Amino acid sequence: MADKETVAAVKKISERYDAGFITDIEMELAPKGLSEDIIRFISAKKNEPEWLLDWRLKAYKHWQQMPEPRWAKLRLPDLDYQDAYYYAAPKSGNAPKSLDEVDPKLLETYEKLGIPLREQEILAGVAVDAVFDSVSVATTFRENLKEAGVVFCSISEAVHDYPELIKKYLGSVVPMTDNKHACLNAAVFTDGTFVYIPEGVRCPMELSTYFRINEAKTGQFERTLIVAEKGSYVSYLEGCTAPMRDENQLHAAVVELIAMEDAEIKYSTVQNWYPGDEEGKGGIYNFVTKRGICKGDRSKISWTQVETGSAITWKYPSCILKGDGSVGEFYSVAITNHYQQADTGTKMIHLGKNTKSRIIAKGISAGKSDSTYRGLVRISPKAEGARNFTQCDSLLIGEECGAHTVPYIENRNPSAVIEHEATTSRIGDDQLFYCRQRGIGEEEAVALIVNGFCRDVMQHLPMEFAVEAQKLVGISLEGSVG
Amino acid sequence: MLKIENLHATVGGKEVLKGLDLEVPAGEVHAMMGPNGSGKSTLSYVIAGRDGYEITKGRILFDGKDTAEMEPEERAAAGLFLAFQYPVEIPGVTTTNFLKTALNAVRKARGEKELDAVAFLKLQKEKTAALGIDTLMLKRGLNVGFSGGEKKRNEVLQLTMLSPKFAVLDETDSGLDIDALKIVAEGVNSLRGADRGFLVITHYQRLLDYIKPDRVHVLAGGKIVKSGGPELALELEKDGYGVFAEQNGKAA
Repeated sequence: MADKETVAAVKKISERYDAGFITDIEMELAPKGLSEDIIRFISAKKNEPEWLLDWRLKAYKHWQQMPEPRWAKLRLPDLDYQDAYYYAAPKSGNAPKSLDEVDPKLLETYEKLGIPLREQEILAGVAVDAVFDSVSVATTFRENLKEAGVVFCSISEAVHDYPELIKKYLGSVVPMTDNKHACLNAAVFTDGTFVYIPEGVRCPMELSTYFRINEAKTGQFERTLIVAEKGSYVSYLEGCTAPMRDENQLHAAVVELIAMEDAEIKYSTVQNWYPGDEEGKGGIYNFVTKRGICKGDRSKISWTQVETGSAITWKYPSCILKGDGSVGEFYSVAITNHYQQADTGTKMIHLGKNTKSRIIAKGISAGKSDSTYRGLVRISPKAEGARNFTQCDSLLIGEECGAHTVPYIENRNPSAVIEHEATTSRIGDDQLFYCRQRGIGEEEAVALIVNGFCRDVMQHLPMEFAVEAQKLVGISLEGSVG
Repeated sequence: MLKIENLHATVGGKEVLKGLDLEVPAGEVHAMMGPNGSGKSTLSYVIAGRDGYEITKGRILFDGKDTAEMEPEERAAAGLFLAFQYPVEIPGVTTTNFLKTALNAVRKARGEKELDAVAFLKLQKEKTAALGIDTLMLKRGLNVGFSGGEKKRNEVLQLTMLSPKFAVLDETDSGLDIDALKIVAEGVNSLRGADRGFLVITHYQRLLDYIKPDRVHVLAGGKIVKSGGPELALELEKDGYGVFAEQNGKAA
């Protein structure tokens, strides 16, 4: 018999994932499974031009031939691609003209997640694009941004409103044939965000997208494309949540960044997809391809990610440093607990002269989880004077978790300077006791110590996100000690 | 306030404390002296409730309450503080952040209102100035790269910030030059009062010139072998622990 305490304990556990609720809303779904017809259906739903449908179909053909990537240190299940929905849209949610037309239930959903979409309630200085399952349901502050010349809209709209830009840049950094997951995304992507910053413009506010998977058995395949013209600057952030469900759901996104001469793109992610339960049941498979190109001289791309969710994370935000003197940065915190697995890192491809890259990766493993840093630093023969600094730190909590570091360095230019530092440590009993002696409970002490461990990365997050991310660190490690 | 009765305690299966009795009433400062390996640090950890330090017999009463079932953080919330002999490093966590977390955790456990950032920083500024601590130290990782003296000063800062009912100071004087020692002693003395007690563990009489104890005890071989007034510390300074070495030897 379950006594009161057990019931309370179980209740507490299920409350740990705050974003685990389901929104009850009428949905329009494409028939289950994947086929040319489904792709035609998605394309027709979005009223797409012929060239885009052709592009999708080409990707689909290629995808069928491609092998699953199996090189990561992950226990990967066989995915049944036919047992999922590839299009799910709230019935009322298609292309609302203004927030007044958005279904109140959707607004409520985002409010529950702490993301009010009503502009008067919103955090000052942050514009939001909200993507619910397959479609973008609302984009805020659009008019203000337009005045500055900034385009911030869903990618479906951009296909119609800015076809020449989309045609030029879509798939230009991550080719559709790049890998199996990116290829699937090219075939079935349903929505996402498009950002265009014109020459010399400093984007007046933070831009953000909140991705929400709601429908069961649905995959989310969004695409994000950010183009920063000469001398421009933008800071963009994304957040992700999903309900708690017993089955696994696939999230295969593609993000492409393009920075021209002297432009800077700062891209931050707080990923909190449902990680599965204590037994490792359910959770999101987060298979994401993110890549940016520093096309122009002295351009800069900076990735910051805090990865706390997902059952499996497979993700390597990368920089192609083509312009001379361009800079790539990667700041990462990956936390795994229970049965979560993460294989994440970055690739820094130095092509231009005097290019610089900096990698700070912090992995925290607890429970029975496994976390791997996998990174590549490649210096091409022409990359005279290239520099890289890499630091990978792993923190272990408990006896049954694993942390692995797999750095690849390929240097073809003798003038390059490459530094690599790595450490592995545990939260010490002495540290915990010291905190507890000062009155800080065990779980709070773990959160405090881990946040300290991640500080070098956290300080690169925009202010609005840093506090949220710190709390998330504590929440995702609950139940990891004692 | 703190009452220890026939305390036997083991560390890693080995008995270190072998029937220790001690009572420190509110308003008093007691000094605990003794040779290396006599069990002084073990005593401080047992009082604070550290895992692995097991009471096999006897008990520790704090404010009349048996502490056996209390977690370390519950003891802290009840007003017990331990200044560590070797303060622990916590990289990336600033002293300010650590202190604010600790102070608010304790306040919360006592059902008091948590301090907001403004009120906290005001309090910290006040206490920091009184101890002559460089405010830059507050922004560095806790104890990371601190000199021995800085670490001990930081312990005393935490002590004055948390203003506990009872504090155990474990060799807070070690590694301090005379100026730092005076500052630390002033910090402790400023907290002395009718409703607060101290147990000062030290090797040397020197600290006791600045923190005047009401009673002095000598710990050897896991027991208190002698107790007396402040003059006992002076005797020890003169004669050394030689007379107690035999008892201590039995413990080793």
